[in-house]
Amino acid sequence: MTVAGAVRKQLPVGWNRPVPIEPEGEGELLEVAMGPHHPSTHGVFRMDVALDGERVIRLKPVFGYLHRNHEKIAEGISYLASMPYTDRLDYVCPITNNWAYALAVEKLTGQTVPERAEYLRVILGELTRFQNHASSIGFFIQEMGASGTPLMYAFREREKILDLFEELTGARMMVNYMRFGGCRVDATPAWLDHTRKVVAGLSAFVDEFEQLLRTNEILMVRTQGVGILTAELAVNAGITGPMLRASGVNYDIRKVDKYGIYDRFDFRVPLGDHGDIYDRFMIRLLEMRESIKILEQALKDIPGGPVMDPKAKIRGFRPKPGEAYGRIEAPKGELGFYLISDGGPNPYRYRVRPPSLVNLTVLEDMCLGHGIADVVLIFGSVDIVLGEVDR
Amino acid sequence: MLGEGILKGLAETAKNFFGSYFFAERLTTVEYPEERIAPIEAARVFPFLVYDVENRDGGGPEWEAGLRCVACQICEKECPPKCIYIEKSKDKKLDYLGKAQYYPAKFDIDISVCMSCQICVEVCPFEAIKMDTAFELSTTDRFGDLLLDREQLAKPNEHYHKIHPTEAAAVDAHRAEEKMKADAKAKSAAEAAAAKGETGKMEVKPAGAGA
Repeated sequence: MTVAGAVRKQLPVGWNRPVPIEPEGEGELLEVAMGPHHPSTHGVFRMDVALDGERVIRLKPVFGYLHRNHEKIAEGISYLASMPYTDRLDYVCPITNNWAYALAVEKLTGQTVPERAEYLRVILGELTRFQNHASSIGFFIQEMGASGTPLMYAFREREKILDLFEELTGARMMVNYMRFGGCRVDATPAWLDHTRKVVAGLSAFVDEFEQLLRTNEILMVRTQGVGILTAELAVNAGITGPMLRASGVNYDIRKVDKYGIYDRFDFRVPLGDHGDIYDRFMIRLLEMRESIKILEQALKDIPGGPVMDPKAKIRGFRPKPGEAYGRIEAPKGELGFYLISDGGPNPYRYRVRPPSLVNLTVLEDMCLGHGIADVVLIFGSVDIVLGEVDR
Repeated sequence: MLGEGILKGLAETAKNFFGSYFFAERLTTVEYPEERIAPIEAARVFPFLVYDVENRDGGGPEWEAGLRCVACQICEKECPPKCIYIEKSKDKKLDYLGKAQYYPAKFDIDISVCMSCQICVEVCPFEAIKMDTAFELSTTDRFGDLLLDREQLAKPNEHYHKIHPTEAAAVDAHRAEEKMKADAKAKSAAEAAAAKGETGKMEVKPAGAGA
């Protein structure tokens, strides 16, 4: 089993790991605080690294700098009022956050979603996945030292997708688009045509990106065999998303749960075999191609009709006492919302299961024994957003 | 060959670089503020209060008399960051349907707190609050200048038509329909009352007749 298109260098095992320094007499470890204001940490995040020479002996992630009480605030306001706050969790992909939350509330209240709204959700969700993977690869390459070019190319493409979001929802990032029982506004035929035009150009962008990076020797040398995550550890730690699939575990909630209408689309789940950074990079590239496939099918089949269930209430409803867990395959992994209702207008308990936070838990295991320069790369390949880690 | 991948990447970069001299679509940036892209109809920045120019009940300036808001306070309750503050009036004024309604004696929005989520617009049953598109709002006073009162928030219906033409046309059609219905209802009610008044007169019995 190999990743399609992956090119590998034949290098001796562990060649890029720093040799441990034998301390003469009483050796001392050097403790370095990387962050919270380190340009490579994607926000405010600290890694307390203990070093022996250049070798990482211990790594302690410290987070919470961006904690803003998201869950407690949501327990004090109505179900509808939490929707715009979910945009601010993983602010790179607000649509999928909206979707997971809407799914949880729909499960709680038993609302159904019209066909057209389901298609719109898939279209927007896959556009979100595309732009997230593009920009996450761009950031990761930038952390490797290629300052600018791949990131700017990724952002050029992301802008086109954000323009689509703006045209439909009125905002580029804080979209606040989905509602319980559908979507807020309907897409016009002009918007759908515009989307078709953008989607037709995405494939060329992935080709360009691949040409730019896939066989680049520097990238291969720095990423292959670095930050290996075994399938066993990944499963035990609850890792999800591209990171889990790069370790070779076939688990995609779009295939497992078939939420929404994902059983209607023909797409494949790319799997890695080494579980290193290069595989994670390749999996994201391949997933972008699969997203384009889904987008093309959805844009071809999208039916007419309403986008909101006419019986659906968006405000002033009180779900029956009970609990619901809605989860989707967000670009970064399994994003779940767990809600408990006590029959009141606010949720009794509101809990987010963020993929970024759970994926961070194996950071130390991946970094041990590598040099400090590789920590930045390994961290970048996890693809986190601090808004979601700290909530 | 060693370095082949790097050369391939460089060729891609060169293609992009030279392409920008020949193809307009390769130039993706706009030199704001000299150059601006066309505003998008769905854009939303901060809310404003709609007023109708045709003066109805009550005196005062045009914007105050024509405010559609009836101070029902639904937006205040639903607002996620709670940036709206409304005080209901003591007296009532007639609205466009001829119904007596309260009006907001105070309506403040703290736009330093507002997150432009549009929930107030969605929940408003009276089409009274809509999203503006003005975004160049920087001031030197971060407290007073960002706390907008109802006079600063009130904007005419024409402004709404200018920034969201499709939506505003639909709202106006809906309101005209409501008004027609209300007029018809009032007319038939008046007729019924008149008819009832006549029959009522005939049925008046002398006092104490039933005793």
